[in-house]
Amino acid sequence: MKNKKYNYGTAILSAFEYLLKKYPEVFIIGQGLWSPWYVGNTMTNLDKKFGVERIIDTPVSESASTGAAVGASLAGMKPIVVHPRMDFMLYAMDAMVNQAANWSQMFGGQANPNLTIRAIINRGGEQGAQHSQALHAWFSHVPGLRVVMPSTVADARDLLIASVLCKDPVMYIDDRWLYDQEDYLPTIKEIDLKNQNPKISIKGKDITIVGSGHSSFLAREAAKILKKENIYTEVIDIRVLNPLKTSLIKKSVMKTKNLLVVDSGWTSGGFSAEIITKLVEELPTNCLKNSPVRIALPDAPAPTSKLLEKNYYTSTDDLVRATKKILKKLKR
Amino acid sequence: MNLKNIINDLKELSNPKKYHNPISIKNVNKKTLQKMLNTMIIIRKTENKLAWGKRNNLIGGPVHLGAGQEAIAVGVSQNLKKTDHVFGAHRSHSHLLALNPNFYKLFAEVLGKKTGFSKGMGGSMHLFDKSNGFYGSVPIVAGTVPLAVGAAMAAKMKKKRDIGVVYIGDGSVEEGVVHESFNLAKIQKAPILFVVENNLFASHMHISLRQPSDKISRFAVANNIPFKLEDGNNVVSVYKSSKKLIDSIRSGEGPALIELITYRWYGHVDWRDDIDVGVKRSLKDVKNWKLRDPIQRLSKSMIKLDIWSKKKEEILNNKIDKKIQTAWKKAIKDPYPSADSTLKYVYSKK
Repeated sequence: MKNKKYNYGTAILSAFEYLLKKYPEVFIIGQGLWSPWYVGNTMTNLDKKFGVERIIDTPVSESASTGAAVGASLAGMKPIVVHPRMDFMLYAMDAMVNQAANWSQMFGGQANPNLTIRAIINRGGEQGAQHSQALHAWFSHVPGLRVVMPSTVADARDLLIASVLCKDPVMYIDDRWLYDQEDYLPTIKEIDLKNQNPKISIKGKDITIVGSGHSSFLAREAAKILKKENIYTEVIDIRVLNPLKTSLIKKSVMKTKNLLVVDSGWTSGGFSAEIITKLVEELPTNCLKNSPVRIALPDAPAPTSKLLEKNYYTSTDDLVRATKKILKKLKR
Repeated sequence: MNLKNIINDLKELSNPKKYHNPISIKNVNKKTLQKMLNTMIIIRKTENKLAWGKRNNLIGGPVHLGAGQEAIAVGVSQNLKKTDHVFGAHRSHSHLLALNPNFYKLFAEVLGKKTGFSKGMGGSMHLFDKSNGFYGSVPIVAGTVPLAVGAAMAAKMKKKRDIGVVYIGDGSVEEGVVHESFNLAKIQKAPILFVVENNLFASHMHISLRQPSDKISRFAVANNIPFKLEDGNNVVSVYKSSKKLIDSIRSGEGPALIELITYRWYGHVDWRDDIDVGVKRSLKDVKNWKLRDPIQRLSKSMIKLDIWSKKKEEILNNKIDKKIQTAWKKAIKDPYPSADSTLKYVYSKK
């Protein structure tokens, strides 16, 4: 079968269309859905195709909209709640953390809130502290809440479908810096989110670079550059941050004996720490040739001014330099 | 409507010296009255048993008792179906028992036993009985309010005539999400009844110290939501008023709110009366409020009309006491959840 060309954004759109067409219990709720300039090209015309009863643009009420999605899921629907910026979603913490994540265990597994929370990271462009945050680490801390960060065009589509069909509450986090990627995708095949694991994006022997979402995109870009200098990196895309499965990363590091973790959140108490800790706990002593290194954001809110912003965010160059430093191949 | 009428105070309804007399039971059939009386007595005795269990250190976790407030859940539930979606809060024993008076499963749950409503994973504050329409109660104040709105929206999307119901207290409207939820429910025309149990207290604090008016239904007016304000210790007026509102909700008219004035006989949590820690809670008030007893007021009215008798009530009381005793003993002996339960229920089964 001939594959069709998508970018990351239209891949998300195609997942929405597939779900809405096939599952009458799917509906989408959130702000900006009847005028979706908020969300790039990922939801164009869904309201016209599927009706405003199923594509619900809401009042400026993140908390009630998210709570309503939790409640609707308990009453048999498969809701997707869209937060065009993760920063505003913080108003909905109670519905996500206290309610959705805890629900199954509190009632002895008798009910599962199978909602999907689509949280968009939308940063850069001198937008500053409240229009930029990547808070996946917070949510990966919460038992009961599955956290997914697609980094490729294929995952943008397939993990969204898997998230919506999963019985547990899932937070699906997409980063707008990924939207321009293009790829050819086969027809949709439903996959079970429970069986989804980290994946090797690029095979290599010298060092393992681990990332999720946009960080794993940066890792792939860095790998291409490093390859030209005969440094072969193995890039691992985490894909599912919670519950985190580490066996593949462990195997890779046992082979390369070097580890660099990249994360789009802040450094302290961040997701990079979780990966390094789990590996240090599980790997044989002295398995690593060099100390593991993490690259994440400085422990500061995102600045607005152009120059400060440029220094603040991680670049492919940062990864290339860090890799060479670990491997002691940096020219003085 | 003029603004003064909207925000003015409850006046007599919140005066503990008023509303002590028997109630009017006109146009309600004998069977319904007897059923409501029976369920209220079961709830009262269950709560008292739990108070006794807590006082004697037989119960580990906190119990928020609702003795004195039975008429609300009983009157409202009389109009509900098993397919409706009912959500509670921290003080929800009565909300659940009014739908399914299975005190044995409540005792088991409160004692942390596998045989409880939530398989021993919830205790008093996390109750679940979906087959009877009880979708869940949790202790975060107002936490279930948007959930109930969403469940109501789901019912509407499925084109069923089921409704959402959420019990909230006077303290809940001090949480922002309640106002978001009122607004969302109205704009979505969600079939939901907001049941406000206004017992004048949030934990230890009297409403006069927390809000500029003690009338919660003023917020319904702000959202153009139809509402009724009633004596919450009159089971017949609760039943009749909620019936009217529920009928209109089922017919597609959108959300409604009922505010019911009541008082809790025990303190905020456990068996004590909280005279010491309650701000503006006095023994005199508690005594007077006990004269506005929803059970005695109904019973006296029924005796007056000769459809009930002191003798019958004595027999009923003895019968329920015995059943409660047996259920408690059974629950005490029941097994705890298996050791793997903590991790087992975090995610859905394969």
